Amino acid sequence: MKKKSLFIPFGDIPGRIVIGAGVTVWVALLAAWVLVSNAGVVPKMFLPTPQAVIGAAQELGGDGRLLTHTLASAQVVLLGFFISSAIAVPVGLWMGTYKVVQAALEPVVNFVRYLPVSSFVPLFILWIGIGIEQRVAVIFFGTFFQQLVMIADSARSVHPDLINASYTLGTKRSEVVWHVIFPAALPGIMDTLRVTMGWAWTYLVVAELVAASSGLGYISMKAMRGFQVEIIFLAIATIGLLGLITDQAFRHLRTRVAPWAR
Amino acid sequence: MGTVKQFRPVPEPGAADAAPRSGTATSLSVRSVDLQYGGPQGTLALDRVSFEVPENQFCVLVGPSGCGKSSLLYLIAGLHEVTNGTIAVNGKQVDEPGRDRGMVFQSYTLFPWLTVRENVEYGPKRQGMDAATRRAIADRFLAEVGLTQFADHHPSQLSGGMKQRVAIARALANDPDVLLMDEPFGALDSQTRGVMQKLLLRVWEHSHKTVLFVTHDIDEAILLGDRVLVMTARPGRIKADLLVDIPRPRSMDMVLEPEFIALKRKIIGLLHDEIDEEH
Ligand SMILES: Nc1ncnc2c1ncn2[C@@H]1O[C@H](COP(=O)(O)OP(=O)(O)OP(=O)(O)O)[C@@H](O)[C@H]1O
Ligand SMILES: [Mg+2]
Repeated sequence: MKKKSLFIPFGDIPGRIVIGAGVTVWVALLAAWVLVSNAGVVPKMFLPTPQAVIGAAQELGGDGRLLTHTLASAQVVLLGFFISSAIAVPVGLWMGTYKVVQAALEPVVNFVRYLPVSSFVPLFILWIGIGIEQRVAVIFFGTFFQQLVMIADSARSVHPDLINASYTLGTKRSEVVWHVIFPAALPGIMDTLRVTMGWAWTYLVVAELVAASSGLGYISMKAMRGFQVEIIFLAIATIGLLGLITDQAFRHLRTRVAPWAR
Repeated sequence: MGTVKQFRPVPEPGAADAAPRSGTATSLSVRSVDLQYGGPQGTLALDRVSFEVPENQFCVLVGPSGCGKSSLLYLIAGLHEVTNGTIAVNGKQVDEPGRDRGMVFQSYTLFPWLTVRENVEYGPKRQGMDAATRRAIADRFLAEVGLTQFADHHPSQLSGGMKQRVAIARALANDPDVLLMDEPFGALDSQTRGVMQKLLLRVWEHSHKTVLFVTHDIDEAILLGDRVLVMTARPGRIKADLLVDIPRPRSMDMVLEPEFIALKRKIIGLLHDEIDEEH
């Protein structure tokens, strides 16, 4: 029997290979970590052993600190993300649908979009203070403008004949955004939300590095001052894990709200 | 005065005709329509196009590629604006799209997020019909195009021919006064095409809608049409207006009948002149 090659462009591969390949890379990375950190070639101050990180997880997890800070971070990310999405979805749809909205917003959006979020942090502290609002504002700024542009693109790429067909079936101009463009762009919108959710997590530490008194970024900063590198590793692993969970949640959500699209 | 404006009273139906032929009331009238894309310096796509389609007629439009057939249909549907001239449907001037002019597009335009049945119900729903009424309408037209079993599928699960059958059902479910069809079978293989032509003939014998049908395929034009309008190369004008005097119900075997072949020869000649002139 001829074995099927795994390197056919866009070709399907068996499910066990999908899982196997992913697990292999993880195991290799972890093994390398175990070896390097235990061999003592890198000072413990810079690279903790896995045992130390697990120890930190047990300690911080045991007294509830890990949960408290994780929830504080999740609150910031989710709040910033949902406020941003709630505005970006309708405005992005209008921007992709109406040239006049696009003409009005695009110059500003494309200006702000390329500014590093971190450059706003001092400004936000000055304006909003150091409460949760400041951190939420950072997440919002990091995601909103990207979402706007990507959602507008999804709306713009709806095939004109789909809209024309809806007109010939009696859809009014004012109804087209809601009845045609929104559902047609929905798979694209869901993809945008999933991708920008990942970005929102990446802005978290920027938001929490300065002027926070809770959150995973905050404990990382504190651990840095105390040379507790295992806590930094723990915080990073936790953020990664949360990112992975939300990503899966969005993939699931997409197949639920847009089952017709692959 | 180069415009050809030949309104022919449609002759009495032949003895073989069971169904009523075209009525005498004008359903669609296109008067001296010009279309220029891209402003005064742009492409002239249509040049003083005039013709009228009586009620219940199946009128076919053929012409060289790029002569403006699709453009003309979009104008009648109200999706584009005429540069000069007027278009009226049942005496009412066209200035925007409306459900009195249904359209089947060459590209697949089913709403992918709706099931087949929901697609067909879309028009009735926009009209505000209640759920039971519009479901009954949808089921009737799905049965008509032979897709009852696929009512709960999504368009992505259908073949190209099935999608166009749903598109036809969707347009008919809205009960338009005029049905515009822009090469609806153009993307299908020849076998599926034949099946679709038969199906459309059958559906049309039931509804006798006024149809304006665009095609590249001369056999298809003669097989389906009561009348064939031949257009010139760009800018499109009506070059000839031919009556298809072949009795209905029609069938595929008729392509071998002498009247059919004579008409086909004539249309090919008219089109070849256009293509030769262009090159
Ligand atoms: N939106 C547009 N802007 C500018 N020119 C256009 C536009 N749409 C069509 N045209 C031009 O107008 C002419 C007529 O186009 P149209 O699509 O109506 O032709 P057609 O007869 O349907 O052709 P085909 O048989 O290839 O479908 C073509 O020369 C085309 O290039
Ligand atoms: Mg065309």
